[in-house]
Amino acid sequence: MSDLMKVSSNPHVRSRTSTGSIMLTVVIALLPAAGFGIYNFGMRALVTILITVASAVLTELLFEIICKKKITIGDFSAVVTGLLLALNLPVNVPWWIGVVGSVFAILVVKMLFGGLGQNFMNPALGARCFLLISFTSIMTNFDCDAYTGATPLANLKNGVDVNIMDMVIGRTAGTIGETSMIAIVIGACILILMGVIDLRIPGSYIVSFVIFISIFGGHGLDGAYISAHLAGGGLMLGAFFMATDYVTRPITKNGQYLFGILLGILTGIFRIFGPSAEGVSYAIIIGNLLVPLIEKITLPKAFGKGGEKA
Amino acid sequence: MNSAKERLVNGILKENPTFVLMLGMCPTLAVTTSAINGLGMGLTTMVVLALSNVFISLLRNIIPDKVRIPAFIVIIASFVTVVELLLQGFIPFLYDALGIYIPLIVVNCIILGRAEAYAYKNPVIPSLFDGIGMGLGFTAALTCIGAVRELLGAGEIFGIHVMPDSFVPVSIFIMAPGAFFVLALLTAIQNKVKIVGEKKGKDMSKIQSGCGFDCMNCDDAGCAHRMYDDSAKGTKTEIKEDENNGNG
Repeated sequence: MSDLMKVSSNPHVRSRTSTGSIMLTVVIALLPAAGFGIYNFGMRALVTILITVASAVLTELLFEIICKKKITIGDFSAVVTGLLLALNLPVNVPWWIGVVGSVFAILVVKMLFGGLGQNFMNPALGARCFLLISFTSIMTNFDCDAYTGATPLANLKNGVDVNIMDMVIGRTAGTIGETSMIAIVIGACILILMGVIDLRIPGSYIVSFVIFISIFGGHGLDGAYISAHLAGGGLMLGAFFMATDYVTRPITKNGQYLFGILLGILTGIFRIFGPSAEGVSYAIIIGNLLVPLIEKITLPKAFGKGGEKA
Repeated sequence: MNSAKERLVNGILKENPTFVLMLGMCPTLAVTTSAINGLGMGLTTMVVLALSNVFISLLRNIIPDKVRIPAFIVIIASFVTVVELLLQGFIPFLYDALGIYIPLIVVNCIILGRAEAYAYKNPVIPSLFDGIGMGLGFTAALTCIGAVRELLGAGEIFGIHVMPDSFVPVSIFIMAPGAFFVLALLTAIQNKVKIVGEKKGKDMSKIQSGCGFDCMNCDDAGCAHRMYDDSAKGTKTEIKEDENNGNG
């Protein structure tokens, strides 16, 4: 019998892509940001990253052993969560902040809701907001050996001049992974080239954010002001790495545009009208909560299911 | 006094209003920022619950069926007003801490629920103990939640500093989200204990009189109020009969 006539059961087209390979790509894409964080803030950043990642993986392992569930730490999702959380921490946090945050992210936000794929909220951001609310003074203290004083966004909000070149390169105070726009964009390019993410959510997020702050920011179409807002804070990290999380983004295409626009508007509202300088984490978490509704209203009609009434 | 003891145990453990019946969530989540607030809210509710149960039970043959809910509300609201004025006069710090949640005891579904499910159908003495038992169960639950939140959120229990100095308070626990975390955690522990008990062959089933209307999780297939068809499990239920009654 020739090969052409061979009969086999579907699926006929197979891919080598797996959860593990996607997550590994995300880890690799995060390395430039993490590397720059270590370069920028010193070895202390490396220690924080290692502790946070290790405790995230360990929490998942222990939970699955205790609950007699399948061990899933091989899919690297806990590594991604731990790494993202660490990149969202200020460099000088005490070691236990990383542990508490990781345990909260993995145990409460992810595993208690059924593990990867069932969590309704990005675990790393859930944990960051938990830490931010619980330990406000620790989580907003960005003083370290290299830098003292406020983050560029806080300066921007208070009308202090900021150096945009430093912000783009990342030589500013801030959390470990958010400071360097260049490193994050390199990582984002890796993700886009590997086909892990597309530009729908980050694009609509950033565009709607720019439109929002040029209308309500009080500086009009001032290029310096807008680029400072783009380069400062967690916007880039959030837009490319956290808003695009497969589990907590809408699955419909139109829904993803809507999700991005919503995040842009929320971030703008938090940054300009809110009491604190930054609002990306809260914006993405609130967006996560609205995903079921967004999916519901953007569900495409199946072919042949009645036409629209004009 | 057998029934009195049974009522007390029922209220505190088997049908704990907070952890089993999941009633009265509003004060449970809102005022349990510290153990003393939880205790105060629980005891206040218990007093109202016991008194209103007694009066509703006394008047159960006089109150017409059709207007029983307004009648219950009038009785409950009277006692709440009394308790509120007493608190304001004698325990002002608790009155300030509980604030709006004292008048809101009127609409606490535990009180209305016990009036409807128990006191309206039963004699005075068991109703009194049903009220006290439920009230104690509510108090115990609120105090537990308050104690855990206070311990984690401020490092104190009943205002006494107990945690080591190096402990950094997790202030989210004395804010709104902490209430949900702690309530869920304690309910989970409580359920775990129950499941372990069931495996050892102890009877943990609910008692007929004060049903939580949680037919999904109730094993009593012969219950007249059953609203859930579990024929999939292989037990016949009353669904058909109910339908016939409804049509007739």
